[in-house]
Amino acid sequence: MITPQIAVFLVLAAVTIAGAISLILQRHPIHSALSLVVVMIALAGLYLLQGAEFVAAVQIIVYAGAIMVLFIFVIMLLNAGEEERSNLSRLARYVGVPLGVVFLVEVAYWIGKATARLGSAPPEAVSTRDLSTLLFREYAFPFELTSFLILIALLGALVLARREESE
Amino acid sequence: MVPTSYYLVLSAVLFGLGVIAFVFKRNILTVFMSIELMLNAVNLAFVSFSRLLGQLQGQVFVFFVIVVAAAEAAVGLAIIMLIHRNRGTLDVENVDSLKD
Repeated sequence: MITPQIAVFLVLAAVTIAGAISLILQRHPIHSALSLVVVMIALAGLYLLQGAEFVAAVQIIVYAGAIMVLFIFVIMLLNAGEEERSNLSRLARYVGVPLGVVFLVEVAYWIGKATARLGSAPPEAVSTRDLSTLLFREYAFPFELTSFLILIALLGALVLARREESE
Repeated sequence: MVPTSYYLVLSAVLFGLGVIAFVFKRNILTVFMSIELMLNAVNLAFVSFSRLLGQLQGQVFVFFVIVVAAAEAAVGLAIIMLIHRNRGTLDVENVDSLKD
């Protein structure tokens, strides 16, 4: 039986998978990046469907916003063009694509079979207030550590991308 | 309600598509994007289990995964810019100096 929630899930899942396939099929990196944005926004919808509002908001702000803007910025900065084909990609088409499809079907089948008896989640949703309490009480130290991680990543990116002074 | 196994199958399919993209794509930027796709697939599984078990730790972990992904994207894209500057190419086929 198809309830409205399952219908919404199916639509979002179809959008997600279509975006991921489009990421693979597009030849130009900017088209792949835009497909990935579609995947991320649909995933944010799936998080909302599961009552995880905070994760959905962070997904849109950080992933679809910040990270993908960084990607598109670098693609435009490097003026990345289309991928060119070679003999190897013909081999990939005739051997790799069937193998990939078999792999996907196998994984989907076995995971679906193994988890079929899990049932569905209890109807009561968790609140963002509980999540923030947990994050800032129990996980306060890891949370502070992430700020160091970001700082180190910032410094690393700065040092790596800096143009060497010619001496 | 949507059965949890639906979410887990979707997560597995997305992860598989990420692996396939990682292996198939030639452009180093797209290879990097497929890593992000795999991270997203794992996040979906985390949120589904968090919802199923009624525990919030899964969502806290997703938050940390997103932070690490942001740091990874910053450093990784800086490395890609360096590769482009030093070798003038973004094709993974041409970045093979460890072979020599």
